[in-house]
Amino acid sequence: MNQANFDRERGVKLLTTMERIRAFEENAVLAAERDKLVLGAIHPSFGQEAAAAGVLWPLRTDDYLISTHRGHGHTLAKGADPIAMMRELLGREGGCCGGKGGSMHIADFNVNMLGANGVVGANITIGAGAAHGVKLQGGDQVVVDIFGDGAANRGPFLEGLNWAVVFQLPIIFVCEDNQYAATTKTTSVTGGDGPAARAASLGLTTQTLDGNDVEAITDAVTETITRIRNGGKPEFLHVVTYRQKGHTSFDQAAYRPDGEADKQMADNDPIQRQKNVLAAVGVAADEMQAIHDAAQAEMASALQTAADTPFPDEALAFTDVQDVGSPVVEAF
Amino acid sequence: MAVMNYSDAARKAVREAMRADDAVWCVGEDLGRGGVFGQYRGLQDEFGPARIADAPISEAAIMGAAFGAAMVGTRPIVEMRFSDFALCAVDELVNQIAKARYMFGGQSRAPMVIRQPMGMWRSSAAQHSQSLESWYTHAPGLIVICPSTPQDNYSLLKAAIECDDPVVYFEHKNMWGLDGDVDTAEAAVIGEARTRTHGDDVTIVSWSQTANFAVEAAETLAGEGIGAQVVDLRSLWPWDKNAVLDSVNKTGRLIVAHESVAVGGFGAEVVAIVSEKVGAALHGRVRRLGAPRALIAYAPNLENKMRVTAEMIVDAARDLMQ
Ligand SMILES: Cc1ncc(C[n+]2csc(CCOP(=O)(O)OP(=O)(O)O)c2C)c(N)n1
Ligand SMILES: [Mg+2]
Repeated sequence: MNQANFDRERGVKLLTTMERIRAFEENAVLAAERDKLVLGAIHPSFGQEAAAAGVLWPLRTDDYLISTHRGHGHTLAKGADPIAMMRELLGREGGCCGGKGGSMHIADFNVNMLGANGVVGANITIGAGAAHGVKLQGGDQVVVDIFGDGAANRGPFLEGLNWAVVFQLPIIFVCEDNQYAATTKTTSVTGGDGPAARAASLGLTTQTLDGNDVEAITDAVTETITRIRNGGKPEFLHVVTYRQKGHTSFDQAAYRPDGEADKQMADNDPIQRQKNVLAAVGVAADEMQAIHDAAQAEMASALQTAADTPFPDEALAFTDVQDVGSPVVEAF
Repeated sequence: MAVMNYSDAARKAVREAMRADDAVWCVGEDLGRGGVFGQYRGLQDEFGPARIADAPISEAAIMGAAFGAAMVGTRPIVEMRFSDFALCAVDELVNQIAKARYMFGGQSRAPMVIRQPMGMWRSSAAQHSQSLESWYTHAPGLIVICPSTPQDNYSLLKAAIECDDPVVYFEHKNMWGLDGDVDTAEAAVIGEARTRTHGDDVTIVSWSQTANFAVEAAETLAGEGIGAQVVDLRSLWPWDKNAVLDSVNKTGRLIVAHESVAVGGFGAEVVAIVSEKVGAALHGRVRRLGAPRALIAYAPNLENKMRVTAEMIVDAARDLMQ
């Protein structure tokens, strides 16, 4: 690292984003396990915060994001309101989706976050389409489409990437490789040389990055987004990270080799790594502690606010289905 | 008023919609050369390759990408070539498009038309002949339309393009060349049936090509002094329960007739609602005509075993009059 050129302000903000994501998810897990307030499954991204913070850093608010079931971090980093997100996780009024979607369908169209998705890989063609729509309308937005390593084994990976190349669309595909697809080590079910090689074979420019180095990710994506926005081609990023905890908050992840997760948490935690980087350029421990504490306080308060919010009005069960045709046969 | 065929009527609707609104565009395989049935012929010349877009053979991506483009402000018309191939894109249609508005709490809409040429045509066998419209009526969020005439293919396609919710639009492959009067001033309302013939003795509910067979049957029956009222639903979701119930209240007899497999077909839904509302008045005078639960063969004599014909409708009506 070139200390003279180091962007201290950016570095601190990246740390802040990662701390906020971790605090959000720690509180979400507490809400699920301690308070029994999150009734459905949540898929936390502990250990993967650098990918969210770095990839989303160079985006404008009007750029688009489309994400996955493990999308809290991406959504927060895009600028969504954590209180609305926490309400959504708890299925409450005022949630991002009015309590109708929950964690796996979190979306915030105010910040052009086009949704998480409960179907692995489905967001790859949809994201390509969002970029197609941008191009048709002559916009200069870029689409960031994030999916997991497991998604590279679904058909939409081929169809969506090929689509983006054929139509030369303004999109960056990000394969956030946490090395596991649910309980399966992804490499054990993946042929060939992995996601980047597949993407390259379809004609995309690819980069493989250390997914726990937030500074490197931010640098790379900043350049990539600039290239794409200036009329460049779609690109592919393979961001290699590690899922520190289970697939869902209820999964103890006992299927992993002994010591693997402990070693990752000790040596390769993206937040700790960024703290080390910042310490080396003179950011005081107190300042970093204050960032941590503020994130924790913000998210604990978001949880409290969400828990104090009522469930949605029952009439909403039947709204936003479609404009024509009554959803309830008896209502006829 | 002009005479045109079913295909040209649709093409006219698309052309007018694209002239009126820059957000409307079409995407599917081979559209630049007019599409496999010629229903897009000449449109790329007028609108260019970006708005009449040739897609790779990637049904999931055609559907998924069109949806993404809809979420950011365009109004795609998706061409599936054969309704059978839309099954390669069912996740995109049923899990994504149909649900987006609801799941995201009304933040997003999917103003899309998904054109699915359906039905038996000629010796196209089991993978190019199906009528699967009832499947989509089971998926909340989708609108399902099955026009039976050039007039309806013009006005309902226009209504579908203007609709802000996703419409699955079934055009019958055997009717592309069917001529008819088209009044371009006639606007269709999605969910309104068209009463094709009037009669006091028996109600025949149908849609798509089979509705035309029902009209033929009604003409035969009229010659025998039996008054048949053909209610062409035109749209299966939402469907015009009032038109059906009003007619059944008058006739006291009901036939539902459709090309798709009878088991689990939409005719069963029609019969169920009629039974709930006016069941006693029917005294069991109900017949359901649909295909056997078998597959559609290539050989014409075997293929014919799957057809619901005008004669079968006539027979059912005679039977109900006993
Ligand atoms: C089409 C589909 N198949 C299976 C699942 C069940 N499932 C949910 S997440 C998941 C693992 C996905 O792995 P990956 O793409 O690597 O994402 P990660 O969970 O690691 O973030 C599976 C199998 C699903 N949601 N959708
Ligand atoms: Mg994974």
